[in-house]
Amino acid sequence: MNEEYVLELKNIRKEFPGVVALKDVSIEVKKGEILGIVGENGAGKSTLIKTCSGAVVPTSGKIVVNGKEFTSMTPQLAKENGIAIIYQEFNNVKELSVAENLFLGDPIRKGILVDKKAMEKKAEEAFEQLNIKINPRAMMRDLTVGYQQMVEIAKAIQQDAKLIIMDEPSAPLTSSEVESLFNICDLLVSKGVSIIYISHRLEEIFELTDRVVVLRDGEHIKTMNTEDTNIDELIRLMVGRDLKETFPPREKCIEEDEIILELENVTGNGVHDISFKVRKGEVLGFGGLVGAGRTELAQMLFGAAKKTSGRIIFKGKEINPRTPSEAIDLGIALVPEDRKNHGVLLENSVKNNINMPIYKRYSTASVINSKFELENTKKFIKELLIKTPSHNQLVKNLSGGNQQKVVLAKWLAANSELIIFDEPTRGIDVGAKFEIYKLINELVKNGKTILLISSEMEELIGMSDRIIVLAEGRMTGELQKEEFNQDTILRMASNLNNVNNINNINKSKFSN
Amino acid sequence: MKSNAVVNKIKDKAIWVVLFLMFVIFAATTPRFLSASNLFTIARQVSIYGIASIGMTFVILLGDIDLSAGSVITFVNIVAAYLMVNSGYSMTAAVIVSLIAAILIGVLNGFLVSTIRIPAIIATFATQTIFAGLSYIICGGVPIYGFDERFKIIGQGYVGPVPIPVIIMICCFAIGSFILNKTYFGRFFYAVGGNAEAARLSGIKVESIKYLVYALAGLFSGLAGIVMLSRTNSAQPTAGLGYEFDVITCVVLGGVSVTGGIGKISNVVAGVLIIGILTNGMVLQNVSTYTQMVVKGIVLAAAVGFDSLQNRHRA
Repeated sequence: MNEEYVLELKNIRKEFPGVVALKDVSIEVKKGEILGIVGENGAGKSTLIKTCSGAVVPTSGKIVVNGKEFTSMTPQLAKENGIAIIYQEFNNVKELSVAENLFLGDPIRKGILVDKKAMEKKAEEAFEQLNIKINPRAMMRDLTVGYQQMVEIAKAIQQDAKLIIMDEPSAPLTSSEVESLFNICDLLVSKGVSIIYISHRLEEIFELTDRVVVLRDGEHIKTMNTEDTNIDELIRLMVGRDLKETFPPREKCIEEDEIILELENVTGNGVHDISFKVRKGEVLGFGGLVGAGRTELAQMLFGAAKKTSGRIIFKGKEINPRTPSEAIDLGIALVPEDRKNHGVLLENSVKNNINMPIYKRYSTASVINSKFELENTKKFIKELLIKTPSHNQLVKNLSGGNQQKVVLAKWLAANSELIIFDEPTRGIDVGAKFEIYKLINELVKNGKTILLISSEMEELIGMSDRIIVLAEGRMTGELQKEEFNQDTILRMASNLNNVNNINNINKSKFSN
Repeated sequence: MKSNAVVNKIKDKAIWVVLFLMFVIFAATTPRFLSASNLFTIARQVSIYGIASIGMTFVILLGDIDLSAGSVITFVNIVAAYLMVNSGYSMTAAVIVSLIAAILIGVLNGFLVSTIRIPAIIATFATQTIFAGLSYIICGGVPIYGFDERFKIIGQGYVGPVPIPVIIMICCFAIGSFILNKTYFGRFFYAVGGNAEAARLSGIKVESIKYLVYALAGLFSGLAGIVMLSRTNSAQPTAGLGYEFDVITCVVLGGVSVTGGIGKISNVVAGVLIIGILTNGMVLQNVSTYTQMVVKGIVLAAAVGFDSLQNRHRA
């Protein structure tokens, strides 16, 4: 037992079917420190903190809280032992007052009645402690995101939390709100509370944390004193892997002088001022962190969300698809990120799924041409090597890789020319992944154009002809094939691409 | 995998086993039950539920519910009767106009559910009340009667030994099955009910499909209303009162999942027959109306409960 630590995670291992999400990770949090955790998408940060909250039960390892040993937590246990988590999605009830939210689930009572006065008074005291001004009688829904977050923090303190874990707390905040958040963090630390701070924004790590943990692919890479390291080293540690996966070779399919899609200052749905050109037969990769706006951009191109300004030019004509059905008729297809909920119709057959977008096209007086339907289905099952016992099999009974092929078959059947892949290989096993890559190659060979959104660095670099990087809804860089480099991409994705920026951060660190 | 398919097949046919058992039990315990005339009586009795159940099947396939079915039946009764008796419309014209009215009520439901986005249970509850009220206003609360003799044929006529309502019902079931299995929009009903967002991202115009489904539901309820009017030969302002309950029971009993996306017309036929036989058998055994209500309520709860349990296994 070590007096110095409020939390120790010892050799935490978490295996999900087919993947090891955490490989014997050990970290310690000292009393009154701010510990940063950094890592790429999928490095295991969220899984790690979920083991502390009880949302994930580790396969093996120990969790030591204030010297007490646990093999797993429950939300109740975590609370009793002074661990609080501030998620990105707040656990509040919008229609209740701030004070009522502060005591949600455990209100101050007078007999069977709720003692509003006492709660409001207590809430006021709690906010005073944190140096924040919130009216306890205000309705939660009337508060800005920043204030809602502060209420969450106050709630943690109210429940006597000794360790507060913040998962991407600054993501939804404005810069002045981030500043107040930092002030509160400093205040908490001065009261002896410890904080685990997870952020994609590396500059915040340098501004705020005492020590920093780097995770990569579920492994603990290094724990360092923040002042002994710098951004370059952090990035190197975060991405420092060899590109070991191999990708199927692709002949050059790009037709240099045929621009198939052009975006001019497209804005809307959370992204700003996006401009780029794609040539026919090109695989244009989109890199960025989760929430950078890549999916949102895809939704606009596919008519699933509205753009507010800018122009989309497809095959030489300006288009403005308002529904997916319009986009599909134009020849644009989307293979969505959430395959089970958005990509396939689980309760429908392979046959129905493949033909769904085109039933109308080959129906006469609304009656489906069943012969064509069947031939079409068989053709694509054969072409894409979809493993299914029959075309009548319900899609929910297929494996992830085969479900993805069904989605693809649907768009090939619809004769799409531009196919947007949003995280096409998420949750798909290695063998099926390789097949999907081969299919992408096959597609460009047949004159299709691909937009590939991927958070897997290897996939992005291995499959793209060119990469555009987005951060916080804006384009932060564009890389040609010969410029591909993990460090550069991550730098752009963290919006740290220019030297000035980094200098500023270092300066602000010194002035602290 | 194989055994799973077999189990699914048995589950799929379970409703027919229930129907068969119920048939055997009533046949063994109730003397008059098996007579040819009683069997046709059952068929004629269920024809109104049967016709309305097709529209309801579509609505429930979407994962919605149509509580206005009974009121549509009443409204069509009153409107058709009023036009024939008070406005001097020909039989054909009255039928056509009242069916158009029924379709428009469906379109209104579609508007409320799809465009305004009121939950179906509330939207159709509102139209149920509105058109029940309008029916009373039109007829002034008193029955309308005195139609052309030929009008009786629809509800009371026979082709050989087969009652015409039964023939209409069989045709409607055939049309319903055709829509679901052969037309492209029928496929869309399953897609939208199974997962509206995935359907939208597959290029289906979810809003339009909802309009279509509610309009069809209005049409089938309207047809049921015409058959009823012809059979009773008098339009009552309470004609369709509570019919939606029996229709929903038939459909759910027929294995159409209340969460949407799953169901077949052929099994709904079995659901309709079960309710028909159950009602007829209970009447022959002199079970009181009140007890019948209790039994039907239990049947509905059991059918939905079975569906929900299945959903839990699916999840």
